Amino acid sequence: MTVIDSPPRRPAVADPSPSGPSGLHRVRRWLGANGLRIYAAIAFAYIFLPIAYVTVFSFNVPGRTNLTWRGFTTTNWAHPCDAPDVCSAVGNSLKIGLVATLLATVLGTLIAFALARHRFRGRGTTNLLLFLPMATPEVVLAASLLTLFLNFKVNLGFATIIAAHVMFCISFVVVTVKARIAGLDPRLEQAAMDLYANEIETFRRITLPLVAPGIAGAALLSFSLSFDDFIITNFVSGNVNTFPKFIYVSAGRGIPAQAYVIGSAAFFLSLLIVLVAEVVRRRRPSP
Amino acid sequence: MAIASASHAPGTAPVVPPRSGLRSRTLTPYLLMLPGLLWLGVFFVVPLLTLLATSTQTPAPSGETGAFQQTLRFANYWDSLQAYEAQFIRSFGYAAIATVLALLISYPLAYAIAFKVGALRNLLLVLVVAPFFCSFLLRTLAWRQILADEGFVVRTLKSLHLMGDTTTLTASAVAVVAGITYNFLPFMTLPLYASLERIDPRLIEAGGDLYAGAFTTFRKVTFPLSMPGVVAGTLLTFIPAAGDYVNAELLGNPNTRMIGNVVQSRFFTIVDYPTAAVLSFLLMAAILILVTFYVRRAGTEELV
Amino acid sequence: MAGEEPAAGADLRLVDVTKRFGDFVAVDDLSLTIPAGSFFALLGPSGCGKTTTLRMVAGLEEPTSGSIVLGDRDVTYAKPYQREVNTVFQNYALFPHLDIFENVAFGLRRRKVKDVTERVEAVLELVELAHLARRKPGQLSGGQQQRIALARAVVNRPSVLLLDEPLGALDLKLRRGMQLELKRIQLEVGLTFVHVTHDQEEAMTMADTIAVMNAGRIEQLGSPAELYESPNTTFVANFLGQSNLVAGTVTGRSGTDVEVEVAGRRVALAARRNRAQGDDLLIGVRPEKIALLAATDPVPANLNRLDGGVVTDASFTGVSTQYLVQMPWGQQLTVFSQNLGVGGVVAPGTPVTLAWEPAHTFALEGDAAAGSQVEDALAGVG
Repeated sequence: MTVIDSPPRRPAVADPSPSGPSGLHRVRRWLGANGLRIYAAIAFAYIFLPIAYVTVFSFNVPGRTNLTWRGFTTTNWAHPCDAPDVCSAVGNSLKIGLVATLLATVLGTLIAFALARHRFRGRGTTNLLLFLPMATPEVVLAASLLTLFLNFKVNLGFATIIAAHVMFCISFVVVTVKARIAGLDPRLEQAAMDLYANEIETFRRITLPLVAPGIAGAALLSFSLSFDDFIITNFVSGNVNTFPKFIYVSAGRGIPAQAYVIGSAAFFLSLLIVLVAEVVRRRRPSP
Repeated sequence: MAIASASHAPGTAPVVPPRSGLRSRTLTPYLLMLPGLLWLGVFFVVPLLTLLATSTQTPAPSGETGAFQQTLRFANYWDSLQAYEAQFIRSFGYAAIATVLALLISYPLAYAIAFKVGALRNLLLVLVVAPFFCSFLLRTLAWRQILADEGFVVRTLKSLHLMGDTTTLTASAVAVVAGITYNFLPFMTLPLYASLERIDPRLIEAGGDLYAGAFTTFRKVTFPLSMPGVVAGTLLTFIPAAGDYVNAELLGNPNTRMIGNVVQSRFFTIVDYPTAAVLSFLLMAAILILVTFYVRRAGTEELV
Repeated sequence: MAGEEPAAGADLRLVDVTKRFGDFVAVDDLSLTIPAGSFFALLGPSGCGKTTTLRMVAGLEEPTSGSIVLGDRDVTYAKPYQREVNTVFQNYALFPHLDIFENVAFGLRRRKVKDVTERVEAVLELVELAHLARRKPGQLSGGQQQRIALARAVVNRPSVLLLDEPLGALDLKLRRGMQLELKRIQLEVGLTFVHVTHDQEEAMTMADTIAVMNAGRIEQLGSPAELYESPNTTFVANFLGQSNLVAGTVTGRSGTDVEVEVAGRRVALAARRNRAQGDDLLIGVRPEKIALLAATDPVPANLNRLDGGVVTDASFTGVSTQYLVQMPWGQQLTVFSQNLGVGGVVAPGTPVTLAWEPAHTFALEGDAAAGSQVEDALAGVG
C-alpha cells in the first residue's frame, strides 16, 4: 500500500519595491490618510464659531447693546436675571418644555409600542401621519395652527403653545423609542414569561427597564425641540414670552448680555448631560 | 454542517414588522395609538384643513380687518402664485443652494466620522448636534456679528483684498444662504453618517482588491451605497429650508424675502389670511411632490 | 401556584399535536410520551418542526390542534407562566440589566418562594459559577452565560426542562465539555430534560432516548444504539452517521435469514433487521463496519462481500481514514478504517474488496438519499 505525498511548496511572492517610498510620496500618503481628519477639524471650528462668539460675549460688560466688546466681567453670570424679562421668558420656556415633554413622551411611547410590537391594518397611513409633521415646513404648521385657533376663537397662550409643541414632538419620540424597542430581543420577554412572570410583570421588570434609555433620549430630544422652538411658538403664543421669542424681539433694540449667558449655559449644560450619559452607557455592558 | 433552526415559522424569512412571541390581540395597538394619533389629528390634520378652507376665502363686504368670508375662490391660488412668483423662486433657489452647500460640507465630515476617527465617533456625533443646544436665534445673530463690517472676518478679507472695499456680507443673499446652510448642517450630516456607517468597510477594500484607485472606489462603491443617506439628508434639509424665514429676516434685506417672510407678514403685519393660507399650501404642494417621490422609492416603513 | 413545589417526575405527553402556519404544516399529528426523569432528544434537520414542538411545550406557541399533558394536567392552552416548564434558550436570553444572582432568582421571586438566597447559591455551586453572582451577563463568556441560563432554569425544579440548541454558539471543545456537564447535572438533579438539536453526535452523546423528526413527523424513536444500528427508514440511516445503501432484490428467505442479490453478488442478513415489505430493497451497512481488503486477498467465507471496487479518495483524519470506493455498478461507497497503526493508507486507484459481518447488515426500503446532509445543503434549506 503506497502512502500519499504532501503537496509541493509554493514559491515566495517577490518584494514589490526594493528601496523605500520617496519624500514627496510620503507627504502625499500622509495627506491621504489625514486630509479628511484635518478637514473635519476645520468643519468643527466652523460649526462652533458662533457658539464661541456667544460664550465670549456673555462675559461682555453690559451696555445698551451687546455688539461691541467693552471688557470682561462675570456679573452677567452672577446675576443672569438683571436684564428685564429674560428670566420670566426662560421660566416660561422651561414650564412649557416640561409639560410638552411629558405629554409628547407618553403619547409617543404608546404609539411606538403599538408600531413595534403589533401588526395591524393601517400601518402605512399611521407611518405617513407620523412622518408628515416632521416633513412639513414650520411656517406651514404655524400658519395652520394659528388659523385653527383664530377660527375657533381660542385664546392664544400657554395652552396653545403646549398643544403645538406636543404635536411636533410626538413624531420624534415615536422614531426614537420605536428604534429602541425594535432592537430589543423578543426572547427576553419570552424568557421572563417562561420564568413565571405574567404579561404585566414582564413589561414592568424586563421591557420597560430595557426601553427606558430610549424613552429618556426621546424626552431629552423633545425638551430641546420645545425649548428652542421659535417659528411655531411665535405664531401661536399671543402675549406669552418664551426665550427664543424674547431674543427675536430684542434683536432690533439690543440683546442683553444675560441672554447670551442663558444661551451658553443651555449649551454647556446639555453638552454635559449628553457626555455623562455617554460615559455611563459605556461603563455598563451593552444588552 | 450546522444549520441553526429558527424560532419562528421555519422556511420563511423574518416578517417585517417583528411579531411578539405571543399572539397580539387586535384591539390593543389601536388603543395604544389612540391618544397620540388623536392629538395629531386635532393639532395637525384639522389645522391643515382649516387652512385649506381659509385659502379660498375673500375679504368680507364689511371691510373690517380680519373679516373674511368663504367664497370658494380658487383663483386665489393663481393670484398669489403670480404675485409672489419671485419669492417662490427665491425660496427654492436659496434652499437648493443651501442644500448643495450643506451636502458638500457635510459629506466629507460624515465620511471622516464614519471611517477615520475610530473610537471618537460617538463624541464627534454629539459635537455635530451640540450647537443645537444653544438657541438658533442666538447663533444666527452671532453670524450677523461675525460677518459685520467691523468684525474680524470682513476686516481680514478686505485687507487681503479678497473682498471689495464697498461690499458687505450682512444683509445680503450670501449671508442668508450661509445662515440657512449653517443652521441645517446637522440635518444633512446625521443621515449621511448613518448611511455611511452601515457600509461594510470590506466592500471598500474589495474595490481596491479589484484594481480600483481610491477615487474610483469612492465613485463606484462608496457613494452609490451612501445614496439613501444623501436622499434623506437632502430632503430633511431642503424642506425646512424652503419654508424658513428667520435667516432671511435676520441676515437679509427686503430684496431677499422668502415665502416664509410673506406668510408671516400676511398674519401679523397686513392681515390677509387667505393669501397666507394659499402660499402655505403652494409650499406644501411642492414639498409633498418630493416626499411622494421619496416614499415611492423607500416605502413607508423607513420614514418613521 | 405561588410557593408550591412543582411535581417533579411527571410524564410529558403530546397527543396528536399539529401546528400550522398558514398553509405550512410545521408539526404534523405528533404523538409522544417522554417519561419522567429521562434525558430526551428531539433530533432533526433545520425546518423539521423540532423547535416549534419545543415552543408549544413551553407555551410560547399554541398548537393548532391536539393536546399537551404534563403529569395529569392538560396544559395545551396554559400560558408559559402557568406551566411547570422552563426553557434554556438558544441565545441564553439572560436579562442584561440584572446581575447573575437576580437573573437566576427571577423565577423563584415571581413564584414568591421563601429561601431564594440558599437555592440560588446552591445552583450556582452546581454550575461552578458562584463567584460571578454579582456580575452582569455582558461580562461573562459564552460558556459561562450558557451555564447561567441552565442554572436559571434548573433552580425552579420544573417538571420538564427544555433546551433549545443551547450549545450551538460554543466552540467544539467547550461544547464537548458542556455536553458531559449537562448529562451530569441532569442525573444529579433528576429532572426531565428535553433537548432539541440538529447535531446527531450531540444527541447520541447526551440522550437516553432520541426522536428523529423529519418534516413535522417522528421518523423513529429509540435509544441511540437502537437508532444507529437498526434504523427504520433511510432518513434515519442517513441522518444519524453515514450509511451505505445499495439496491438489491430478495432471492431467498429462511426463518431467520434473508438472502439478497446485490449487483450480482450474494449478501445475507438477519430477517429481523429487514424493514422492507417487498422484494426490492436497499441493503445497508455502516462504513466503520466494513473491512477494506486488497482485491487479491482471500475473503473469509462467512462474510458478506462486494468486490470490484476501486479506491477513489482516501482522507486521513487522525482517528481513522475515510475512503471513497467506486463500485462497478457506478455507486460510490464509504469505508472508515480505524487507525490501528497497522499498514498505511490505501492509495487511490487500488482495486479492493469490501467485506463485513452479515450481522451488521440492515435492509430498508425507500429513497436512498433521504436525510443525507449534502442533499439538504444543496436544496438550500432556509
